[in-house]
Amino acid sequence: MFKTVKKYLRKDFSWIPPENPTHNYSYLTGKLLLRHEIPYEDEKVDQLIAQSILIKVTSIESYPWGQRCRRCGNTKSYLFAKMPNATCGQTCLYCRSCIQMGRVIECEPLYYGSSGFEWPLHEHPCQWDGELTIHQQKAADELVALVRTGSGEKLVWAVCGAGKTEILFPALTEALKKGKRICLATPRTDVVRELLPRLQKSFPGVNIQALYGDSPDKVGDAPFIIATTHQLLRFAHAFDVMIIDEVDAFPFHNDVSLHYASERAAKPKASIIYLTATPRKKQKRRIRAKHLPVVFIPQRFHGHPLPVPQLKLTPTLHRFLKKGELPPKVLQQIVYQQQTPRQLLLFLPSIKMAEQMAAYLKERNYKVQSVHAEDSQRAEKIQAFRNKEYRVLITTTILERGVTFPSVDVYVIDAGHVVFDEAALVQIAGRAGRSPDDPTGDVIFYHIGKTDEMLDAVESIRYMNKLGRKL
Amino acid sequence: MDKITTPFCPACHRPGHEGVCQDCQKWEKTNADLLERNVAVFPYNEFNKELVARWKYRGDYALLEAYKAHLQNVWLASGFKGKQILSVPLSSKRLHERGFNQSEAIIVALEEEHISIFERSHSEKQSKRGRKDRMQSENPFRLLHPVTAPVVIVDDIYTTGRTVRHMASLLKKQGCPSISSFTIFR
Repeated sequence: MFKTVKKYLRKDFSWIPPENPTHNYSYLTGKLLLRHEIPYEDEKVDQLIAQSILIKVTSIESYPWGQRCRRCGNTKSYLFAKMPNATCGQTCLYCRSCIQMGRVIECEPLYYGSSGFEWPLHEHPCQWDGELTIHQQKAADELVALVRTGSGEKLVWAVCGAGKTEILFPALTEALKKGKRICLATPRTDVVRELLPRLQKSFPGVNIQALYGDSPDKVGDAPFIIATTHQLLRFAHAFDVMIIDEVDAFPFHNDVSLHYASERAAKPKASIIYLTATPRKKQKRRIRAKHLPVVFIPQRFHGHPLPVPQLKLTPTLHRFLKKGELPPKVLQQIVYQQQTPRQLLLFLPSIKMAEQMAAYLKERNYKVQSVHAEDSQRAEKIQAFRNKEYRVLITTTILERGVTFPSVDVYVIDAGHVVFDEAALVQIAGRAGRSPDDPTGDVIFYHIGKTDEMLDAVESIRYMNKLGRKL
Repeated sequence: MDKITTPFCPACHRPGHEGVCQDCQKWEKTNADLLERNVAVFPYNEFNKELVARWKYRGDYALLEAYKAHLQNVWLASGFKGKQILSVPLSSKRLHERGFNQSEAIIVALEEEHISIFERSHSEKQSKRGRKDRMQSENPFRLLHPVTAPVVIVDDIYTTGRTVRHMASLLKKQGCPSISSFTIFR
């Protein structure tokens, strides 16, 4: 009994077969699939099962007090439902939590693909000719050592604009040389889209695939995968090197199923690297308790300090926002800002407000676009802003992290709103001054009263700058 | 969820349309008096397309539960209660894929009884075909027993009206006096 309880409470992956016979099916290796996701006829599948290349596993674990979906780790009883199943003729339980990726139902197994596929060895995979700063190099060396050891975890705590991606390059090179399989997972689709071309450019000879909700590529049979954390629901014991970018970001930060999936996607012996600029309390606690080794990079790659946000009290803000307008003081600041060569990123708390504000500024003849999570043109609009096709981009927290624009000022309207927590505000402030050609930028938080989150954000930025100066 | 409100086509419940819509007028020219009328509950808009994708294609059977009350209200107001209820069959291959028959799931939600007297051969999904292709499609149904009572066919979506009319034409030939249909979406 005690054992069962323990198994239920802890994430237990002992059901994944430990033997992994070698084979040539790159699509199957390290996957956890539904029958209809396997592109072979029944005969072929039976043959693969006989060879232990595919292994049937129970899809939903059953306990006296509840269930667990083995694909997404869901244990909440209200996220399971029953349906009369025409295939088996019984009423069967299925998981509603991961239904968007196809139905996991108790009477049908999941198919685990042996992770025995052998990936090619790349002799000189990295063609990046940039140079790392001393601090970047130090972190990079530690990561290379981690990849060499082959197991363990490490958190890279680097300020926004420290060049986190480049720090990974030596470790990635090391892994590809040894024929290891890599996954770079991040909670944000925009980040995946931005990383793919950058990494393809730096690693031209390597097959790199990007997987996200509506990615053109869906197969996932490459040695180097960049994916949103949701895509990990289809992987099990697949990766030797697992990198999770922006560990603290929504939706990863609060979603148990994504933690479950990312843990399962890594091999039992894997090097796990977390990247973040703003660790959450839980991670900070683990760092303090020395349970999580950490590399700290308090300085941006161009060596300039982070722009410190200015807090501006605007008591009439809500009154104007209700009408879909901006107070004259803020508008004046925008007029003034628009005379400088920098573009402007304007953050608003909600999609509705972002759209209203875009309409309001358009009326005043500014070149404005708004983007938000439900915008079908999101990727195009972001690219157009990067190409300087328009001057002002109005957005919600969706663009708080991962995206880089060379020269922008950043204003947050109603920074006291609950969506802007400390991590979000630090990230937002980190959008400014990212280019060595223009290493500063104005960050202004407009508010109707300082919140703890705003003060903590400013405090933490000042602290990093102080640490950076000491180096 | 916004229900379909007036104005709508009296023949097929197409929302936002005064009087009989063009689709129905065309049907009257080609297949007069085949289908009495269709009653639908919700408009088939972007939001509902997502919903159908999750319910029918991803297979989230329990999703219908949330709309049960709405469906039952419209069902009672439609005046179809008391007629013989027919479900739309799936080919055995499709049924195996989905695990449930969407039409029967709706009838269960309505808390009604139905009879299945049709069989269906396997063909491409209606939703994957263009309008022209659908309109010219061959009748995939086979009627196993004739019915002589007024019937109502229950399905999930009425798009072109082709599916229900395929079934209706077979019923009519075998002497069924009146055929109507009830769908969630139009």
